[in-house]
Amino acid sequence: MSADTTQNPITQNTITIDGQEIPFVAGQTIMDAALAAGVYIPHLCHKPGLTPHGSCKLCVVDIASRSVSSHNSDRRVQAKFQVVADSRSVSACTMPAVAGQQISNNTPALNEVRKTITQMLFIEGNHICPSCEKCGDCTLQAMAYHLGMLDGHFPQFLQRRAVDASHPTVMLDRDRCILCELCVRASREVDGKNVFAIAGRGINAHLIVNSASGKLVDSDLETSDMAAHICPVGAILIKEHGYEVPIGRRTFDLHQVGEIGSEEIILTKVRHADE
Amino acid sequence: MRNVSVTDSNTANTIGVLRSAIAEACAESPHLLHVLHALQQQFLHISDEAVREVAAHLDLPLSQVDAVNEFYSFFHKTPRGRYDILFSNCTSCGYMAGGVDLMAMLGRRLDIVAGNTRSDGLVSMDQTSCIGMCDHGAALLVNGMPITRLDDSRIDRIAALVEAEAPLEDWPPEWFQVDDNIRVSGLLLKDDLTVGIGLRKMLELDVADTLSEIIQSGLRGRGGAGFSTGMKWQFCREAQGAAHYVVCNADEGEPGTFKDRVILHSHADSLFEGMTVCAFAVGAKQGYLYLRGEYRYLLPHLQSVLARRRELALLGVDILGQPGFSFDIDIVVGAGAYICGEESALIESLEGKRGIPRVRPPFPVTHGYRGQPTVVNNVETFIAAAHIVLRGSAWFRAEGTEKSAGSKILSISGDCATPGIYEYPFGVTIRQVLDDCGAKNAQAVQVGGPSGTLIDSAEFDRRLGFDDLSTGGSLMVFGQARDLLAVIVNFAHFFAHESCGFCTPCRVGTALLKNGLGKIAGGHGTRYDLDEMQHIATLVKCRSHCGLGQTAANPILDGLQRFPQTFEQRLVHHDFEPHFDLDAALEEARQISRRDDAAAHIE
Ligand SMILES: Cc1cc2nc3c(=O)[nH]c(=O)nc-3n(C[C@H](O)[C@H](O)[C@H](O)COP(=O)(O)O)c2cc1C
Ligand code: SF4
Ligand code: FES
Repeated sequence: MSADTTQNPITQNTITIDGQEIPFVAGQTIMDAALAAGVYIPHLCHKPGLTPHGSCKLCVVDIASRSVSSHNSDRRVQAKFQVVADSRSVSACTMPAVAGQQISNNTPALNEVRKTITQMLFIEGNHICPSCEKCGDCTLQAMAYHLGMLDGHFPQFLQRRAVDASHPTVMLDRDRCILCELCVRASREVDGKNVFAIAGRGINAHLIVNSASGKLVDSDLETSDMAAHICPVGAILIKEHGYEVPIGRRTFDLHQVGEIGSEEIILTKVRHADE
Repeated sequence: MRNVSVTDSNTANTIGVLRSAIAEACAESPHLLHVLHALQQQFLHISDEAVREVAAHLDLPLSQVDAVNEFYSFFHKTPRGRYDILFSNCTSCGYMAGGVDLMAMLGRRLDIVAGNTRSDGLVSMDQTSCIGMCDHGAALLVNGMPITRLDDSRIDRIAALVEAEAPLEDWPPEWFQVDDNIRVSGLLLKDDLTVGIGLRKMLELDVADTLSEIIQSGLRGRGGAGFSTGMKWQFCREAQGAAHYVVCNADEGEPGTFKDRVILHSHADSLFEGMTVCAFAVGAKQGYLYLRGEYRYLLPHLQSVLARRRELALLGVDILGQPGFSFDIDIVVGAGAYICGEESALIESLEGKRGIPRVRPPFPVTHGYRGQPTVVNNVETFIAAAHIVLRGSAWFRAEGTEKSAGSKILSISGDCATPGIYEYPFGVTIRQVLDDCGAKNAQAVQVGGPSGTLIDSAEFDRRLGFDDLSTGGSLMVFGQARDLLAVIVNFAHFFAHESCGFCTPCRVGTALLKNGLGKIAGGHGTRYDLDEMQHIATLVKCRSHCGLGQTAANPILDGLQRFPQTFEQRLVHHDFEPHFDLDAALEEARQISRRDDAAAHIE
């Protein structure tokens, strides 16, 4: 690696994504560098400003390996999800940018992987897009459109998940939770509270509320908290503000999920014009 | 009014009892896992009240205590029985190992269904992942104590003892006996080290020499990944931090692995010696042994070895009179979670959290326990290090191969005459191993446990080593009579049960694989389902966050490649069968109505 960079000093602070050379500064992740350069890498659990999480895996990219000698390289033929030979899969939102990385991002194969992961998120929960208040403002739904997802593909898990309507102004419907932990991090890192956490294991993992009763009403969540607004799906909703923006004029009716800077738009739309 | 006051005083009473139990547990060890274990023991479950009290007492967020309580298999929110029986479900030491369903048998004797607690509160019964007794036949844990060599007569007697409420001390002691079963000894098992001899030798060397001996020896991690141990120690030494830590990974959760159990039982001194060598090399003052909950029965023994080492000045302040060389070891016991063997999840668990693998980089050598530089090594790696310091790197290198120096301790189980512990120089062929353990006419071998590689008989000349067949120590033999699809289904259940749930591909993917295999094994699969398995398995393997997901699909991918007929002979020959099975969906109704006649089924 060092031999390379001395040979070609221009690549010292750049990475290459789909053939495009992109500058970065030390400490940036691949996602940071890409977004700063106006390159979209699909993401759901990532939000600039919060600690990267790396759990949804929508942001998977392939980095070409320099050495071919990986002893666990897989010799199998991989039918649907072609993996570029001698490349490794990483999460762009957590992987530090390193000079000279050759990254594949917007390829049919990777978008196929992302579509399948999105389908997984749909079928493990209970998503009711047509009747969900978040319809049109929902990043998961927008991602599905972006990736050309036409159905859930897999059999529904139909899991039983609890609703918490105890809070006067905030509603928690776990049916739609995708376990991205944006609310968990927003509460801790921005609101200076600790309202949410994940409990359970494997497919039983679920969002819990940090209060004596386990109910939102006994937590210190307030409507003004970022945690109350950051949910990318319809799991955390503000009560008494249903359908204020009509379908057809919602965030993703007017914007693409792949627009750079959509994070801000998504968050403000959700806060609604009057806030 | 009276009712309320009775409830109030009851509540006050319960809380009082809870609080004193918590205080008592904390005096013993304030580690969250230990406190929860103590409460689980005493009250047979950990109630919401208990969670609140523990959080208050340890000054932790309630959600953390709650989340930990729900994460580990050995903690329960509803009461277990006074006899809590957990059958291993491993293909080698599980309740089906002898071909008969021993769990169902005990269930009939005790009139109890797996997963439940009997209404009188006497007994509960469930299954659990491999408990590391694979060389001992079918096995279970009763209140944490292993009983091995199960058969129908033992099941009968267990049922009788439970019904008679006989205390465990009065059960036949030989039932609880766990043997080492060392069949072939090599470099490390041949002769045990004299206590302290490695440390004395080390003190004659300096830190740099000790490190260079370990590096020169070519020792690579025995836990599976095979990273150079010397380099790991060196990186940790060089990393800046307020403190450095040494952690021994004794989680040994990979089904079919039990060699660490034997080392912990019979070579604990060498293990602690190896950890102390590491502490010297990296500059650590504190070490931890993370012991899997299934091996809790070894705790008193390990504690007594530690106590003796302190008396001999082999642990503590100024070890062997060397000023400034201070180091001690605490034991933290897990509570039923395979993922806690993954080093960063292990560190999370050490910190009293759920075992969720961290984002890497940074790696534990720079940001480990409490964010400080930390070495995590396997049990066997540490004993190898202790031997190397004493005998020199050349002695170690003299065995094994170029890329894989030294020996490997194998846990062999399954369809063979003499399951047990076999230590070989790296480079040994599978054929040799099979000959030695009396495995005639094997159909397949699972090398490295479910997360490893399933090979067929054409590959028995392959060699053990990091450059060919790598293994953390598990080797499961499958004879001709084995139903390999049942084995693969078993492994798929294991991974779905043990997935931590953090990342989407593994959380959802392992569940999809389990369900899809169930459909095929149940005789409802088509060619379409096989293709689906291949696609999902590849995605889970390539896109998961940690080693669990990255290896969870191996048995399926290996099976599809090497034993396609195992799957194909179960297929129905339509292009498509719906996943929804109408007949299976009626099962609950059949149970409720206690009917199982032909008219209660839909074909
Ligand atoms: C799911 C999973 C489970 C693991 N379980 C164990 C284990 O039980 N014991 C172990 O030593 N290593 C285990 N490992 C490997 C550890 O992450 C780590 O690589 C090892 O402890 C390092 O020690 P070594 O270099 O001495 O092998 C596991 C890894 C994964 C991904
Ligand atoms: S691969 Fe599985 S075990 Fe590992 S982080 Fe993801 S969900 Fe957890
Ligand atoms: S956006 Fe990177 S893993 Fe979710």
